[in-house]
Amino acid sequence: MNARTVRSFLLTLAALVAGPAASAPALKAGVFEPPRAAPQFSLQSSSGGKLELHSYRGKVVILGFGFTWCTDVCPVTLATLAQARRKLGAAADEVQVVYITVDPARDNPARMKEYLHAFDPTFIGGTGGADELAAVRKDYGIVAEKHVKGSSYSVAHSSFIYLIDRRGQLRALMPYGRGPDDYVHDLQILLAE
Amino acid sequence: MMRSPLRTVLLACGAVGVGVLAWAGFTPIETRTGADREELFEIPRGTWARRMKGEDLGILPDEIRLTLGIRDMLVLRNLDEVPQIFGPTLMMPGQSFRLPFEQAAEYQFACSAHASGQMRVIVYPYPATPWARIMWRARRL
Repeated sequence: MNARTVRSFLLTLAALVAGPAASAPALKAGVFEPPRAAPQFSLQSSSGGKLELHSYRGKVVILGFGFTWCTDVCPVTLATLAQARRKLGAAADEVQVVYITVDPARDNPARMKEYLHAFDPTFIGGTGGADELAAVRKDYGIVAEKHVKGSSYSVAHSSFIYLIDRRGQLRALMPYGRGPDDYVHDLQILLAE
Repeated sequence: MMRSPLRTVLLACGAVGVGVLAWAGFTPIETRTGADREELFEIPRGTWARRMKGEDLGILPDEIRLTLGIRDMLVLRNLDEVPQIFGPTLMMPGQSFRLPFEQAAEYQFACSAHASGQMRVIVYPYPATPWARIMWRARRL
């Protein structure tokens, strides 16, 4: 057996032994296997102009759906995301939070900007026509149902958050209620890739 | 003094019952690793076609019960030929979704596959006490 064969054998053996340990670290969020490309969209941005997912390629995108009149789920989620970004420190510059409305009748770009800036001025909102937004929801499997309450209404909607990696792959889904530390944990893994 | 047969039977049953409870309460439950912790639900191939024909196929139960350290990983897999809303999310053909739980609590997910529109996942803590072990084993009966 020559030296090259021995080296090859040892490398193969090392790979087999180290296999499970060397695999990607586990995320706290639910992961998709295999990941798929995150569906593209082009909406109105709360910061003016177009909001296009592909323009954030190279960053990790945190994508959520909600509305500015939401009194329970959205404020909690957005506050959690803001806290997670603060905990990330300088690495937060590589993370973009995108929040798409499920209530286009009330959420225009200006309203979304004002609302989201109260949590974190870097957060971007997306709005558009009802049909455009319905198409985006369908692509992402988001449920949104309008519930009329007297003269007003609310919208019951999916409460989870998607994590999209730097390559634009839909990697994970964080259920509602997870704390900022879980986000920081997963974002650090995705940022390190 | 002779014991009545009934009393003997009752005493024997009581002794067996105490023995079973002692076993259920004091025998440790081993924590699991890897795939042994997975609770798997699959959409079989052809589900969409069967639904289109009017069949009412229930794949996910309304309530899923998990236990930390034993079975605490929910795994959903779409083996059908078309994308499906499965559990909380849209899954492509052949795609899996693997969701670990680390905290005992009750979780609600929007799920269009259910008539209620909700899927409930109850995560129990690891059964560390004798009573918890008895309850955990009782739930598995």
